[in-house]
Amino acid sequence: MTSLLLLVGRRLLYGIVTLLVVSFLIFGGTELLPGDVADAILGQGATPEAVAAIRADLDLDRPAWERYAGWLGGILSGDLGTSLTSKRPIDEMIGARLGNTLTLAAVSAVVAVPLALFLGLLAALYRNTAFDRALSVATVSTVSMPEFFVGYLLILVFAILLGWLPPNSNAVANPNLGFGDHLIALALPCATLTVVVVAHMMRMTRAAVINIMTAPFIEMATLKGVSRARRVFRHAFPNALSPIINVVVLNLAYLVVGVVVVEVVFVYPGMGQLMVDHVAKRDVPVVQACALIFASTYVVLNMSADILAILANPRLRHPK
Amino acid sequence: MKPKRGGTLKVAVGGGSSTNSFDPTTYDDFVMNDIAFQYANRLTQANAKGVIVPDLAESWEATPDARVWRFHLRKGVEFHNGKPLEAEDAVWSINLHRGKDSKSAAKALLTAVTDVRAEGKNVVVVELDGGNADLPAIMADYHLMILPHNLPADAGVGTGAFVKEMFEPGVRWAATRNPNYWDGDRPYVDAVELSVVNDPTARLAALRSGQAHMINRVDAKTVSLLKRDDNVQILRSPAWAHYTLPMHCDKAPFDNQDLRLAMKYAYDREQMLTQILRGYGSLGNDTPIAPTNPYFNAEMPQRTYDPDKAAFHYKKSGHEGPLQVHTSDAAFAGAIDAAVLFKENAAKAGITVDVVRDPADGYWSDVWLKVPACYVFWAGRPTPDMIFSTAYAKDAAWNEAKWDNAAFNELLIKARAELDFDKRKAMYAEMQTLVNTDGGTIVPVFNDWLDAGTTAVKGYEPHPLFDFSGHKAAEKVWLEEG
Repeated sequence: MTSLLLLVGRRLLYGIVTLLVVSFLIFGGTELLPGDVADAILGQGATPEAVAAIRADLDLDRPAWERYAGWLGGILSGDLGTSLTSKRPIDEMIGARLGNTLTLAAVSAVVAVPLALFLGLLAALYRNTAFDRALSVATVSTVSMPEFFVGYLLILVFAILLGWLPPNSNAVANPNLGFGDHLIALALPCATLTVVVVAHMMRMTRAAVINIMTAPFIEMATLKGVSRARRVFRHAFPNALSPIINVVVLNLAYLVVGVVVVEVVFVYPGMGQLMVDHVAKRDVPVVQACALIFASTYVVLNMSADILAILANPRLRHPK
Repeated sequence: MKPKRGGTLKVAVGGGSSTNSFDPTTYDDFVMNDIAFQYANRLTQANAKGVIVPDLAESWEATPDARVWRFHLRKGVEFHNGKPLEAEDAVWSINLHRGKDSKSAAKALLTAVTDVRAEGKNVVVVELDGGNADLPAIMADYHLMILPHNLPADAGVGTGAFVKEMFEPGVRWAATRNPNYWDGDRPYVDAVELSVVNDPTARLAALRSGQAHMINRVDAKTVSLLKRDDNVQILRSPAWAHYTLPMHCDKAPFDNQDLRLAMKYAYDREQMLTQILRGYGSLGNDTPIAPTNPYFNAEMPQRTYDPDKAAFHYKKSGHEGPLQVHTSDAAFAGAIDAAVLFKENAAKAGITVDVVRDPADGYWSDVWLKVPACYVFWAGRPTPDMIFSTAYAKDAAWNEAKWDNAAFNELLIKARAELDFDKRKAMYAEMQTLVNTDGGTIVPVFNDWLDAGTTAVKGYEPHPLFDFSGHKAAEKVWLEEG
């Protein structure tokens, strides 16, 4: 048990160090953006006086390392700072957007993960049958289509031709929206994301299970007379969990941080859109805060993948 | 047709960002401009012909030298919070954009203003350092919203036709009809819901699925397809907005008038109009004054594509070697195609144009005003003086062609203080000729605004200065839903 805690503790430490390095890279990276925040805020309307006024207002004349130290200190004390452009507190701005992103990710995960595992196991069970081949063709084609194309196809069919679902999902920003309408608004982006992530997870499940199916202990089970379904679900699947957990968690991370294109297509007010808008305006504090949240999501999810894999596999718990 | 009351107008529009704020000094794109015109008013406004008419000021007069102006406020107007409108509010609102620390894009418009003061409760006095007959037009600028002086500038409280209900920057604006609105029966709809939809395809989908009644910035390429939908109408406004290709007159190679003329004759405006704008625009004549503008010089012949004349001037200029023209999507949709077309046009006159494609990011800060020639987009201005003083006068910050013509600069000051329309028109005609022949700016086309709506939308009125009926669509239209 202590060794397990030690393992988890070490993972946590790695995670914190990674985040620190990432915070440094994020800060350095945004400093390297072309142009100047004052010019970008004003756009075509940047007169020299207005630019000078904004520069002074934003403290841009202070050296970068001083601003980095101040920023990091602020974050550690729970203060993400204020937006340069809109002057609003960043945590308030991010709050609703992060909620939207997590809702979409959660709903998509609830649909996609069980579906992928189920289809993957079925494919392994009926390996090399017509069903398996059809599923392979379908998933390989969805995984090769860019997500915006999947999105536009779904809009064309379900919003324009059939008229069943709204093409834009921005209704979620309406505070008076009922739960049912909320789900309707989420339907198309959720379907798009599901189509995009299912393929990857399903194929990994299939491959991992099939790989285990060649192991001697499965052969033993076969010789004992265990049914095929029981061999797959009871004997092979638990042993194939480690690689499956990894790919599932990577896809979850993608659902949180990689969906900006889907957000644009469906006009979904999530974190990706918020970050892109602020990149365009060089609103450095907001960009940094978003990047840090995205990085933390990755680090935390990867860490949980590691820990879950350790828990799922007794051999990893007792390294020699 | 008699306007019908009621309903919620839903619009899906591009040109918004999560960085938007109510503060009128920060307005720089469609969405905040449109929201501002819903919740607040200015002293004056441009009507559908581009003529300046009363908004919150019911009348105004100037001293004969056009130096001191008095604006008389409408009586009985209230802000949404019940506070009556007073001269003090207007003074405070205008001063938001003035002063050393102002970051307002309207600051440059107000540099000639030496004093703004209230005279009693209903008169606003504006003093200038020189005569300017266009001050009422300047007061119609979309930044100069009149707000209550005792609230912060980003409070979102005004005198407008709609009262704020909800605002999430870059996502959504919802507002309800102001029952105390001062302008007659307006507005007709009970509420407005504005969604920010920056992706043009998503806007089209919103319109065609019935999720939105109106959308803006329809891509000219898709108009012919959209016309096939019987539930959709294209809402088109011939506008004073235009594209330019300024060439820096202060240094080689474009300090040579013959080379500039060669470029102007080598530009096929017809082709740009038909291929880039798909006909949704009108021909430019190398001045920023559109044919529908009251000050337009109709005597001046339209410059046409003439490779022979271009070759003649090119030879006379003595220039050799390729000429760089910078372009980017940031300039306007189709700016890259426009540059490539021009390259082909110019090649026929023996002029080699190199198209330099710049990233959209940083185009206005690093390319525009810095390189010898690049593509630019200009919104229309209500009067010739406003566009000439902004982009053609010798000392203007945005004199994008670095043009310095003594006769033009002298006429500019003289025309500015002239209150008589005919005399003014004659001076502006002369100035248009100067810009056309000596100036460094190619103005190939004026672009139309292209909005679209469902057939339920009635009362849309084209406007030369802005799309969406001059940003008054929410106030002007009504819904006839089946």
